[in-house]
Amino acid sequence: MISLRRGAIAAVSLMAVLAVPVAANAHRQWLLPSATVLSGNDPWITVDAAVSNDLFYFDHMPMRLDGITVMGPDGSKGEIKNGSTGKYRSTFDVQLDKPGTYKIANVSDGLMASYKLNGEAKRWRGPLADLATAIPKDATEVKLTQSQRRLEIFATRGSPTKEVLKVTGQGLELEPVTHPNDLVSGEAATFKLLLDGKPAAGVEVEVVPGGNRYRNGTGEMKLTTDAQGAFTITWPNPGMYWLEASVRGGKATVPNAERNASYVTTLEVLPD
Amino acid sequence: MRLPVYTAALTGLMASPALAADLELSLEIPRLTVAEYHRPYVSVWIENPDKTAVKTLAVWYNVKLKNNEGQKWLKDMRQWWRRAGRDMSLPADGVSAATRAPGKHQVVFKPGALPAGQYNLVVEAAREVGGVEVLRAPFQWPPKARVSSSAKGASELGAMSVTLKP
Repeated sequence: MISLRRGAIAAVSLMAVLAVPVAANAHRQWLLPSATVLSGNDPWITVDAAVSNDLFYFDHMPMRLDGITVMGPDGSKGEIKNGSTGKYRSTFDVQLDKPGTYKIANVSDGLMASYKLNGEAKRWRGPLADLATAIPKDATEVKLTQSQRRLEIFATRGSPTKEVLKVTGQGLELEPVTHPNDLVSGEAATFKLLLDGKPAAGVEVEVVPGGNRYRNGTGEMKLTTDAQGAFTITWPNPGMYWLEASVRGGKATVPNAERNASYVTTLEVLPD
Repeated sequence: MRLPVYTAALTGLMASPALAADLELSLEIPRLTVAEYHRPYVSVWIENPDKTAVKTLAVWYNVKLKNNEGQKWLKDMRQWWRRAGRDMSLPADGVSAATRAPGKHQVVFKPGALPAGQYNLVVEAAREVGGVEVLRAPFQWPPKARVSSSAKGASELGAMSVTLKP
């Protein structure tokens, strides 16, 4: 039994090399900033946080705010203010009290398990730390999936800076070549996707413009990362765009788990 | 006491013609019949033909608000903000100034040390509860004779002309 599981894990690591994209989730998680390019000495932004199919309409579920983090231009930890969660969306404010680029993120690392106990199929979902106690010792056919999700947005007061763009080397991350707060309609922007800090090649990236309620087509663009993990988008129109990519495989930090890593951001494209 | 003054005058005399040349901007801010009118924020800058900014000559905004609150809307002059404004420290002497009323305005700039070549003078206006408009007038530097170049706005700006004098 154990050796069989090891075989399965070996197959998973093989898939990691190929960086197999995962089918998009049924619902989209998103953070929508009120502005991303700001001037003045004391600008604030307000952010909507929700889960829905249509972008950017809050009509399904609010995003919980307890996982939201703010990083200031100098890498220091910032805070969200005036957070509130309603029926369909959460909102919060961020004060840009320093010049430069801020990152607002919701990074999660969780586990999903399915197993059999006395012949009965069971499921569990929870944080990594609870794994040891969550699954009974006599469980069989244990299947673990580690889900590393990263949602982040950027906003800049004054000149764009790069400190917050540094990657951590964990999960799927975006390494901007073009600064994410310097996007203009008609221009091309290049980004790199990294999986555990290394180029994620051949990954499909979905880019969806907001405002689909007012048009028939979704307007979505599909791009694939090259050998360096890079992809380039030429923005067809100004507006807010939702960007998502996910990968199954690569190194799970939990033993015997399959790993699913995803990255989501919202990018604002201004008119020239 | 008088010596420094003489020195300054002498330096002026020795300056190259290019440094002494004037760039005269004539700009019309149109009178608009709208329910809520605010004077536009206006930025004036010199750019290279590839649109990279060379020098900001003027930014007219609400400079009198407490705590520099008028700067909150500078980013609405999108092209100037992206290419020059966001990297500047404001208010800046000789650059920051109050907004101007509708009418024709004449402003003389001394671009100073500018490598010889082709440039655009760019004017961008952004109005609260209104729109944004950008105008460009090409010019050659340094001017060999008195020359003019012009552009015409359609919404937030009226006629614009740039006259260069050696």
